[in-house]
This record gives sequence, structure tokens and C-alpha cells, in this order.
Amino acid sequence: MCLGVPGKVTAIKENQMAVADVNGNYVDISIIMTPQVRVGEYVMIHAGFAMQVMGQEEAEESLRLMLELQEIRESYANEHREHFEEQ
Amino acid sequence: MNTESISKNNNTELLREIKEETRKLALMEVCGTHTMAIAKSGIRNLIPPNLKLLSGPGCPVCVTSQGDIDSVIELVKESDIILVTFGDMIRVPGSDSSLQEVRSQGADVRVAYSPLDALEIARKNPGRDVVFLGIGFETTAPLIGATIEEARRQEASNFSVLSLHKLVPPALEVIFSDPDIKVDGLICPGHVSVVIGLEPYKLLAEKYAQPCVITGFENNDIIEGIAMLLLQIRKKEAFAEIQYKRVVKSEGNPVAQQILQSVFKAAGARWRGLGYIPDSGLAIRSEYRSFDAREKFQLPEIEDRPIKGCACGEVLTGKISPHECSLFGRACTPLNPVGPCMVSHEGACAAYYRYSPLKGGKK
Amino acid sequence: MKQDRILMAHGSGGLMSQQLIEEVFKKSWNNPYLDPMLDGALLDLPPGRVVMSTDSFVITPLFFPGGDIGKLSICGTVNDLLACGAHPLYMSTAMIIEEGLALSDLKKIAESMARTAEEAGVALVTGDTKVVEKGSADGVFINTTGIGVISSAVEYRPDRIKAGDKIIVSGNMGDHGLAILALREGLSFATPAQSDCTALFRTGRLLEKYGEDVRCMRDPTRGGLATVLNEIAGQADIGIMVREKEIPVSPVVQGACDMLGLDPLFMANEGKMVIFVSAQKAEEILAELKTLDEAEDAAIIGDVKAEPRGMVLIETELGAERILGILEGEHIPRIC
Repeated sequence: MCLGVPGKVTAIKENQMAVADVNGNYVDISIIMTPQVRVGEYVMIHAGFAMQVMGQEEAEESLRLMLELQEIRESYANEHREHFEEQ
Repeated sequence: MNTESISKNNNTELLREIKEETRKLALMEVCGTHTMAIAKSGIRNLIPPNLKLLSGPGCPVCVTSQGDIDSVIELVKESDIILVTFGDMIRVPGSDSSLQEVRSQGADVRVAYSPLDALEIARKNPGRDVVFLGIGFETTAPLIGATIEEARRQEASNFSVLSLHKLVPPALEVIFSDPDIKVDGLICPGHVSVVIGLEPYKLLAEKYAQPCVITGFENNDIIEGIAMLLLQIRKKEAFAEIQYKRVVKSEGNPVAQQILQSVFKAAGARWRGLGYIPDSGLAIRSEYRSFDAREKFQLPEIEDRPIKGCACGEVLTGKISPHECSLFGRACTPLNPVGPCMVSHEGACAAYYRYSPLKGGKK
Repeated sequence: MKQDRILMAHGSGGLMSQQLIEEVFKKSWNNPYLDPMLDGALLDLPPGRVVMSTDSFVITPLFFPGGDIGKLSICGTVNDLLACGAHPLYMSTAMIIEEGLALSDLKKIAESMARTAEEAGVALVTGDTKVVEKGSADGVFINTTGIGVISSAVEYRPDRIKAGDKIIVSGNMGDHGLAILALREGLSFATPAQSDCTALFRTGRLLEKYGEDVRCMRDPTRGGLATVLNEIAGQADIGIMVREKEIPVSPVVQGACDMLGLDPLFMANEGKMVIFVSAQKAEEILAELKTLDEAEDAAIIGDVKAEPRGMVLIETELGAERILGILEGEHIPRIC
């Protein structure tokens, strides 16, 4: 129930419909659920409807995530080593 | 706009971190589309064996009860309606037939990509009744709701919907409150959450101390989602957060939520594998009665007939993996499916059979 | 002929049948084998092993972006002969025409067949037409049977494939499948995708030069690349490993497939070949193929392995391996 693709809105039509460009394919979509969408914005399309206007992703997020994971793992490993050494 | 938010470099780094995990952990991916994306990407073969990814009940085709499928088949056989359905449903077996089979016997069953296409068919065939089979969770139900509202505007009196829609949070409650199911974190469905937002998972996370991460469907998204869950687990935290930030907002989509409220009301529903769950399905409100196929055609409730040996229920709740079902790969294959877990393209069993190298997916 | 539609009488063998043949077919199809209008064609064959191939075409709609059923019927059988390593020479055709088909459509189809045959260097030497009642055919069903000759000692067969061989596809996958799908009722999207319907005789001629270094060839039509790879893996009793990121798919096709829940590897192609070649000559063959318009997007997509026998594996973007199976049931749009 989750197949969705991003598409770029190229035209707003009447009756709460729009046209979206999905990699060069032009798809008729309903924008009932994204009434404020503007031409040029990207939407997530599911079964012929725009579900949400897409926003910019924060690219640094995953780097931070990786560093945090690493930090915890290493500090846990250090704790164990210290504990072992103490014995 | 760059929809690939994470570079491949970060991918490898994150994967490496995930591989360092030594504890035995089970993460449940709720959504059938996640099951398939995970299977197609091969991620299961890259994560350490102590880290298990369980499939959950988020496959709307899989959890459609056999009795419901039987009553659709009966409706189609005994009337002159045009039944319009998403492609996913065409092969799902009822107790002894399928929509594909009845179509070959002359029934007018058509596949559509969008419910609006069904409304168009109704417009083009004013002398015939057109019924749309409403399957799907909160991602799809608002679309059908919007179509019903449009049908009313167009006065399309020959159009109706059979709502077999279901809701995800009640199913998650059942999973978490079952002592036999051990889950350490939840990979939450990306597109359902576009509609419902973060709130339902916040409540679950608090109530059951479960880390919940709303995750997207690209390889990068899934790896990131798993990493975020591991981080919470390592920090001994349990809260709900969004990985799929480019599409999911914490408030969800209020317009879609409003449509759900206006057109549907919560009702009890039968879930294959989980049984009857109160307030877990969507019934069409009486204001839209004339578009409710159940009312219009006085559809009877048909009992579920248990299929001997079929363990779809246990697979759907993550209790066993597909390989552990006695029918898997023998009596039950994608070509001859016994239960929906195998028939549905995104069913756990179908995904395992098709994509798991050399384990059960035998020729 | 005053009628503008095909009638049952056009199939009765009498005056109207003759008129149909004169008006529609004889106008575009002329060659010394056909012109005598005997019950059969008397053919001259050059020395070599004779190859015969047959195929029927039932596609709707009859006219689509990039081609029509006529062009397809010639290309399909020509490509099958080429896949066996043969020079296509002669073709027969049998047409089953639905009562009510517009005469102008039939003419266009016949002309298209003539043009395509001429380009491909084959002669349409004998044919048959029947007319069936309205509703019994989708406009027209066409069968073509082709004859070709393998002039060299090299036969393209799966049992010549060895572990270590490389696998080339001659271009983007899924174009034809998408172009046809977009014309179905119930899918409101406009795609620039066109059918890749092409007679691949230039590819055939190019590969001939490489003799034994070309092991086997097949065109991935119905069921797509995945189906053909599995067929060959089974017939040759070898394993195949392909790499997802090497398989050429146009962004248009990928986007549409992502939207509809389809897989380009299961979509039909009508102007592409899957070619099994020796490892030593693979790069050279690839470079030469890419100079042809019909193969400009060719790529080496994988290798032949000794194990696992009869199976096709795919290395995903993440570097993991999984099975690439055959198509089960219909390949239809989904929402999940």
C-alpha cells in the first residue's frame, strides 16, 4: 500500500487536478490532498494522487547518525576493555 | 531537487556500523512495501545474522480475510457489475476461486491504477453498476474517500465502493501486547505516515517502550532507518522519530485526515492472521450510504474457512519466518499460492521465495 | 473496391477476396517469388543450414508509438532467425482479419510490413488471409514464418555457453513494454517512451565477424530480460550473475515502473538482443555494437558461472546477491 514516486508539478488544472513529471512521463494527478502545491514543487504520488509536497532533505543527518553510532559503540568497547584490565 | 539525500559513501559507512551490532535484536518492518524493498535490495544478507528483520501485518492484501475475498467473488459472479480493483488483488485466493479466475469465466473485472479511473469507468457506463474494491491502509483510504466525495459531486449513482480498508495502529497494538512476539524496534511505514504523522507512534513508543522510526523505501532510507533504531536501542531510549523527512511531516496530512473523518468511521474488521480487531477497519459513513457497496448489494458476511497447514497468521505477526511454514516452497509457491502471504507481490513469503538466494527459493 | 471496411465476403475466396489481395497486398508486396501467385512459393536457398521460425502477433492497439502490428510481425520473426545465427531470407504471412476493420488500417499495415521487410532484406513470398466475425479477433491477428540460412559453421545455441563468458544486452530494457502499457485503458499518463521495434540485422551482421566468440543470442520479448536469462540458464545448465547497476534502463522507463509497481526486467523488448560472448572479445564486441544506432546503449551486464546451475542471480545496488526469477502470472500495475 506504499508505492509512491516523486514527481514535479508542471501544471495546475481545473477541478483540483494537476500534471506531474515523473522522469519524463506526464501523469494526471489529483491535488485534493495538497491544495497549496505550486508548479515546480515536487510531490509524492500514490495511485494517481499527490500525497504530500516534498521538502528538502537534510543531507548531513546520516553523517551525524553514523558518528553517533560509532561513538557509542567505541565507548562501550572501551568500558569493557577497562573493566577487563582492572581485573 | 535532489531526492537522493544520502551519498553512497554514507551508505557504506552506516552499513559498516550496523554490521558491528553483536546483540540479538529483532526489528519489525510493518509495511509490505518495506518487506519487498528489503528483499529486493538484499539488505538481509548484509546485516549480521543476530539482527533479524521480521515482517509485520502491513500488507493490506495479505490481511484481507478469506471471507471478504469470498464475498467479493460471489458479488461478481452473481451480478452484472463491473468490479474495478487494484492489480494487487487479482490473484488472491478465496476459499476456492480468485478474481482472476472469475474474470476468465466471464465476469467483468478490471484493473485500475487509481480509484479515479474507476469513477471514469462509471461515467462511461451509466447503465451498469461499478464497484471499486477499496483495499489499503491509511495511505490509500483517503484517496478512496476523495473519490467518493467526487462521485457525490458528479452524482454518479452507479458508482460504489466496497471498503475493506484497515488501520495500522490498532494492528501494532495487537502485536506489541502479544507476549509471544519479541520486537526491539519498529520500522514504521513511510507512506501511511505521510497521512497519519508521528502522533500514533509516539503513543505506541511510550506505552510499549518501543523505538519507532518512520522510514522511506529507497536502499539509503532503509539503512538509515535501521541505523536510527540501533542508535535508540544502544542509548536505551524508546521514542518515535522520522527518517523519511523529505515526505513525512510530524502532523501528517491534515487534509487527508479530514477526508478520512468525513467519509469513513472506524469499525471492527477481520484480519487474516490476527482475527477480529475492534475499530481497526474503515466503514463508509451513513451520509455516503448510496456509495457503500456493502449496503447497496446487501453483501453477506462470509465465514473464514481455515486452510489446513497455512501459517500466514504467524508469518504476518513475525512469529515465524516464511521458511518455517510447512507449506512454504512445497504446496505453497507463487505459482500455486495457498495463502495471501505468497500471492501478494509484497507478501513476506513471496518476497522470501523470490529473492532469498538458495534458501527455500528452489527451482 | 468501394467498401472502406473489411467484410466477411472478403474472406470467402471469391471476387472480393481477389479484390482485397489486389488492392491491399499486391500494391506493396512485389517480388519474383510472390508474383506468380501460386499456392506456394518456389524458393532458392544458398548453401548452409536452413533455419525456420514462426510467431504470431495479437497486439492491441494495432498502431503504437514506434511501430504497428505489421512492422512488429516482420521484426519479431527476423530477430528470431538472427538469434539462431541465420541470414533471414524469406517470410510467409497469414492474417486473420476481423470483420469491420478499416481498409485504410489494413493498407497501412501491409505497407509497413513491406517497408520493414525490404529494409531487413527479406522477401514476403507467400501469404493467406481469412476474415472472421466481429469480436473474434482484435482488428487483425498476424502470423509470420521466416526462413533463413546459417552460412558459417557457427550455430548460436545455449549449450555452447561456458563459465566465464560475458553477457551483453544491446540497449535499454523495457521500452516496448512501457509504450504499450501506457496505451491501456485506465492509465492516464503520457509517456515519451516508444516501442523499440527494430529488425536487428545490422547487429546480426556485426556479430557474425566474431565467429565462435559469440555463443548464443536471444531477443527478450514477452517476459523481458529476466525471463530470457532464466530460460537460457536452464537450457545451458549454467549459472548467471548480473549486476543491477550495469543493466541499462532509461530514466523514463524506470520512473514509470516505480510509479506502477512494475519491473523493467520483466517488460517486453522488440528491438534488443541478449548476447553471450567470450570474455576475451567482450569489450571489443561491445565497443563495435555501440557504433550501431540500434545498440548505442549496449552494455556488459554480467557473467556466466558454473554454479548455481540453472539459476540467475543479481547483484543489487548494495552489493548483495539475490535471485532474479521469472515472471509469474501477469505483470500488472499495483499500489503496494
